[in-house]
Amino acid sequence: MEFDLAFIWAGLIAFAVLTYVILDGFDLGVGILFPLAGSETDRDTAMNSVAPVWDGNETWLVLGGGGLFAVFPLAYAVVMPALYMPITLMLLGLVFRGVAFEYRWKTRAWKPVWDVAFIGGSVLAAFCQGIALGALVQGIEVEERAYAGGWWDWLTPFSALTGVAVVTGYALLGATWLVMKTEGALQHRMRRAAWPLGLATLGFMGLVSLATPFLEPVYFARWFNLPGSLFSIVMPVLVLAAAWALFTGLNEGRDARPFLAALSLFVLGFIGIGISFYPMMVPPAMTIWEAAAPRSSLAFALVGALILVPVILAYTGYAYWVFRGKVRPGDGYH
Amino acid sequence: MFESFSAEILARVQFAFTVSFHIIFPAFTIGLASYLAVLNAQWLRTRDRTYLTLFEHWKKIFAVAFGMGVVSGIVMSYQFGTNWSVFSDKAGPVIGPLMAYEVLSAFFLEAGFLGIMLFGREKVGERLHMVATAIVAVGTLASAFWILSVNSWMQTPQGFAMNEAGQFVPEDWWAIVFNPSFPYRLVHMVLAAFLTTAFVVGAVGALHLLRDLSDRCARRNFSMAMWMAVLVTPLQIFAGDLHGINTLEHQPAKIMAMEGHFDSHPEGAPLYLFGIPDQENQTLDYAVGIPKLSSLILKHDLDAALDGLDTVAREDQPPVGIVFWSFRIMVAVGFAMLAVGAWSLVRRVQGRLYDSRWLHRAALVMGPSGFVAVLAGWVTTEVGRQPFTVYGLLRTGDSLAPVAAPAVGASLMAFIVVYFFVFGAGTFYILRLMGQRPDKGPGAVEGPTRTAGITPATQLGREHAVPGE
Repeated sequence: MEFDLAFIWAGLIAFAVLTYVILDGFDLGVGILFPLAGSETDRDTAMNSVAPVWDGNETWLVLGGGGLFAVFPLAYAVVMPALYMPITLMLLGLVFRGVAFEYRWKTRAWKPVWDVAFIGGSVLAAFCQGIALGALVQGIEVEERAYAGGWWDWLTPFSALTGVAVVTGYALLGATWLVMKTEGALQHRMRRAAWPLGLATLGFMGLVSLATPFLEPVYFARWFNLPGSLFSIVMPVLVLAAAWALFTGLNEGRDARPFLAALSLFVLGFIGIGISFYPMMVPPAMTIWEAAAPRSSLAFALVGALILVPVILAYTGYAYWVFRGKVRPGDGYH
Repeated sequence: MFESFSAEILARVQFAFTVSFHIIFPAFTIGLASYLAVLNAQWLRTRDRTYLTLFEHWKKIFAVAFGMGVVSGIVMSYQFGTNWSVFSDKAGPVIGPLMAYEVLSAFFLEAGFLGIMLFGREKVGERLHMVATAIVAVGTLASAFWILSVNSWMQTPQGFAMNEAGQFVPEDWWAIVFNPSFPYRLVHMVLAAFLTTAFVVGAVGALHLLRDLSDRCARRNFSMAMWMAVLVTPLQIFAGDLHGINTLEHQPAKIMAMEGHFDSHPEGAPLYLFGIPDQENQTLDYAVGIPKLSSLILKHDLDAALDGLDTVAREDQPPVGIVFWSFRIMVAVGFAMLAVGAWSLVRRVQGRLYDSRWLHRAALVMGPSGFVAVLAGWVTTEVGRQPFTVYGLLRTGDSLAPVAAPAVGASLMAFIVVYFFVFGAGTFYILRLMGQRPDKGPGAVEGPTRTAGITPATQLGREHAVPGE
């Protein structure tokens, strides 16, 4: 039996990107919400809640990019030049965000500087990821195995909308993460912030969902013809169910439920994008199979992925288990 | 402002700049991760608190350096696509999966267990903490394995065919991973990383010995580092020699540039110690050389013939001046390391290791030597394989993305500004940590954030830091 390796790999890359989005999403969300965390002690606690895991979370981004390079090199070679500026700015944002985790504790005088780096880096990285998503959804012009568009094609009202939407959504993830991981005043503030963030996230999801079908005829056909139109009914229902869980969880003072509900919103949004995309790797015209590397590359890399991804998930889960429970002021190694 | 530069030269400068900044951190953390594992193992074995104090101190330095390595490394993984997309499309099927293996088998491993190593001693217990620390060290070495395999394949490609789209299609993964230059490059780089760390640790030990001869932590640092210098430097020089012979076989033009051999020498080639390469006229001016020594080193035969760059078309030659000098810098640093190692051995035998002021001063000056040698070595091998990205098959000029010079120039400026600011600050924090005594000083006393109920190890260590070991 001949497996469709390109299809399996598209699924794995999608899994890596989704894992990145939800895991680094709450890290970046903590950064975005840093100005609202309150006292210096509360900011320290907020940062310490993600300090042991952020590096592993960010590694999924390297797997997404590196995996694309490995198994869909043509897509990688087309998308990166097309998104030149947002990718570069995202990387610079991640530089500032990443070093702030260590630098903040190494200085008194410059601590506010690295606070700003942490906030600014997180916002910039999140916004650029949203822009990149929007630019990809609206389509990338390709001629003869190369990007054929202009240097500013990525910047449109739609990509700006997805940029703001991702910042908002990450902030919601960050707020609900802190509700789960902290106590007292910080938790209280985050619970209050999660309400408007939840409403805004839902609003942006609605706007993006309404705009997407009109970007490409393919998307429109997908969502408004059978069998795709079934999703048009099911998806909003599931989103509303997640929203209900989010807001009741916040109202009832639950710790974990709002975070899990926010994660569900992201998963649903991601599935929605997947429904629009399939079977394109780079919309509007490059399919998964056109972008795929030769079979020998796909097979070799798949052996490693099938063995190692479950192992990674196991020890990542273990690391989260080790650092389970509430983070208290003063936790950390600095 | 970038009109006078081509997109190609700007993209090359950008890659050289970002990769040079990046390699500084792994070159240090590969060795430091192993040092931390040894320190922690020694603490568990001997229950001598000096080891624990040192572990806790170097751990902080490791975390800063590792963080800088991570963020500068992510930039690299995306730069292949942004600036070198044609290369990515063509070589991606071969090197992409190797890099995917690096992510899967090394990056996740390091990142997953780093948190436990840094934060988790009290949470998981001594035994699992030791396992996590060892895994981080193994992860750094696994990362080196894969990325050097990638680089080596680009230098000595094999095990592939070409398809109609001009892509390299993998045929024999064993041949690709274990390509001819890989074993030599891997050994040479890992030893370089160990030596880099050893000389940093040695300099930190020396600094504190110059301040206080009885500093137990400084003595331990200095002694362990000097053992590494004594044992590893000769191994490294031997490995470098083998690497050179391997390069002569597979990339002779690189060796010709390193040696400054513009002319062929049918009856034994001289080893030039000095000279000013003039590539325009294909001559080495003001050359000072030792007759036949190059043939002896490279062919182990005084009279062996060695071809020169007169056998290589001008458009296939690497830039000789850079390669010639960077190679000499690397070798000079290597022999300086050997000298310091030998000196320390003599003083150790005499029982004077800890009160040889001039040895300590020399070791302090040699602190950054590993970084200089690593950068010079990489410049030698990377500039020496020009004008190709995949040696002999894909030219650098044909690898470029369809990017415009202003876009590359603007991002280059942004990287330069941000890197100097961010990594400058990080280097400052690392140097400041190195300047503090692990068993005293602000870090040990304040300990701003500690898990409640656990006495900071650094404070325990202080009680034991009695003068006069």
